[in-house]
Amino acid sequence: MSLAAREARLGWGLVAPALAWTVAFFVLPFLGMLALSFARMDGREVVPALDPGNYLRLATEPQMLGALVNSLQITALVTVLSVLLAYPLAAIIAFRVPRRWQRLALLLAILPFWTSYVVRSYAWLLVLGQNGVLNQALDALGLGPLELAATRAATVIGFVHFFVMLLTLTIYANLVQLPPNYARAAADLGAGPVRAFVHVILPLTLPGVVTGAFLTFVLCIGDYITPQILGGNSELTLPQLIMLQLGRSGNFPFASALSVVLMVIVTLAWAATARWVRLDRI
Amino acid sequence: MTPIKTAVLSTTALVALASAAAAQELNALVWCDHTDPALVQPFEEKFGVTVNLKEYEGTAAGLTILEQSQPGDWDVLVIDAVDVGRAVEGGFLAEMPADQLPTADFFPEVVMAANNVIGGKTYAVTEKFGYNTIAYDKSKVDPADMEDMASLTSGKYDGRIAIYDYYLPVIGLVALGQGVATADITADSLAGLKDPLMALRKASKQVSDVVSAQTALATGDVDIVVGGGEWLTAVLTGENANLDWTIPKQGGLRWAQSIGVVAGSAQPDLALEFVKYIVSPEGQARLATSSCYWGMPANAKAGDALTAEQKAVLRWDRQPEYLARAQLYPIPDAALDTAMQDLWTEMLAQ
Repeated sequence: MSLAAREARLGWGLVAPALAWTVAFFVLPFLGMLALSFARMDGREVVPALDPGNYLRLATEPQMLGALVNSLQITALVTVLSVLLAYPLAAIIAFRVPRRWQRLALLLAILPFWTSYVVRSYAWLLVLGQNGVLNQALDALGLGPLELAATRAATVIGFVHFFVMLLTLTIYANLVQLPPNYARAAADLGAGPVRAFVHVILPLTLPGVVTGAFLTFVLCIGDYITPQILGGNSELTLPQLIMLQLGRSGNFPFASALSVVLMVIVTLAWAATARWVRLDRI
Repeated sequence: MTPIKTAVLSTTALVALASAAAAQELNALVWCDHTDPALVQPFEEKFGVTVNLKEYEGTAAGLTILEQSQPGDWDVLVIDAVDVGRAVEGGFLAEMPADQLPTADFFPEVVMAANNVIGGKTYAVTEKFGYNTIAYDKSKVDPADMEDMASLTSGKYDGRIAIYDYYLPVIGLVALGQGVATADITADSLAGLKDPLMALRKASKQVSDVVSAQTALATGDVDIVVGGGEWLTAVLTGENANLDWTIPKQGGLRWAQSIGVVAGSAQPDLALEFVKYIVSPEGQARLATSSCYWGMPANAKAGDALTAEQKAVLRWDRQPEYLARAQLYPIPDAALDTAMQDLWTEMLAQ
């Protein structure tokens, strides 16, 4: 056996466990879900079929389409806001905080990750509530109460708080890899700070930004907890719609169809960003 | 057989069961009130077993778990009393010896033989009940208004209402508000409930699960929870004595949960002992005041094991009146169930 063939065999041998795992726990269940999405309900029984009715229902019923649109709007808003807030934070930690304090600064930035996601959502509810910390502070300043709890704004705030931490890590990881000479070279060539950032720093840190943004998109669009707790069910999102089918209706075919649509959206997001996504940078 | 001989034999059998159960595990699919350690601890100590509890929400989810499990995986099931028939139809519940269950001590209205006994066989027994009505903060709303469901959509309380996120009781309440009995809800009458349900949604601030509704009421985010009752306010009365509930003049809904032995259980005797413990006065008192949510015990003898304060919170003395005024959950067939859920989804999307 040639060296190349042996190496190829070794490679396949090393990859095989991960491949088998992926096939067993992702590919096959996904195919099962895809098949189930074309089944239909007869009373409370699932009947195997090749019926596109579940997809047609999603495409034609206004409340279903509304849930899809709500999910996309919230996810887009959260992703953009999280990037806009995380980038300066990561830059401050990478460039302004002394090297020896950067670990501590990062630790502080990700500290909220140590709390349970559900607990953190309920904590936000207490902050944003009618008589919550925020409104008490606004009251003290004479600015009056804000109706935040059980609104889309509360959902977005909860999400952004969570994902800014994630994005800060991915962007920071990129920023610290940049040799300081690049900025200096740009300055030597006459670029001001803004120009140097737009033409040198930002393009070089784009993999970290896009990777974090993609992860934010994926995690946000599939999240059920935050819209449920902070949004107070004030508007339906796709994951909530899926949960309704599973928990209450037992309508697994329709839940599967909705999940397949969710997968397609995530795949499209991947296709749109794959050029920049660098998981090795995080 | 003499009574002494019977007692000796029974004790021996119980001791033998306890010994056999040593280091055993009992797996129960339950609602969150069963996860209070104070409830299962006495049973675990008596039989030397570990009770593994898995919570679920919604009958469909519970039945799916059973469907996807192997026979013997589960020993005990807690289920909505009105859904016992669905579980029996699916072959998930085993028959229990009716003579070993203290249903003679129960409040007669909650024995619910029509639900728990199918084809002359007892498959489940009611363990706890309560009401889905209107819970409110009496320092923020006029309690007299809460006696009439129409006041909820009068405009006076717009944006101060939370709706409990469970379609059956809330649609049932809306039906009562329109003079339709819960048992009379049909596909035709459901169409007439759409506008009142949407009007209620328009007047409300949020549609919430149990914890979110409790949080909203406790923090003053809302002042009224439609679908709430003692199960929602009882655990909060220590923090806020102004939280109250009532059954309006149009009526309220009575919820009830049942417990049974899962078909195919590898230890049916021990599972039955667990059911018997839960419906015993001691088990009932502990279940009624579970840390997750309170509710009336089905066994009236539990009153002896509850304190006067606990009974006051549960409105023990008013049960005859409440039981007379409350109706059972709607029990829709598959088609009506789907129609009700579609209406609920439409309401959520509004």
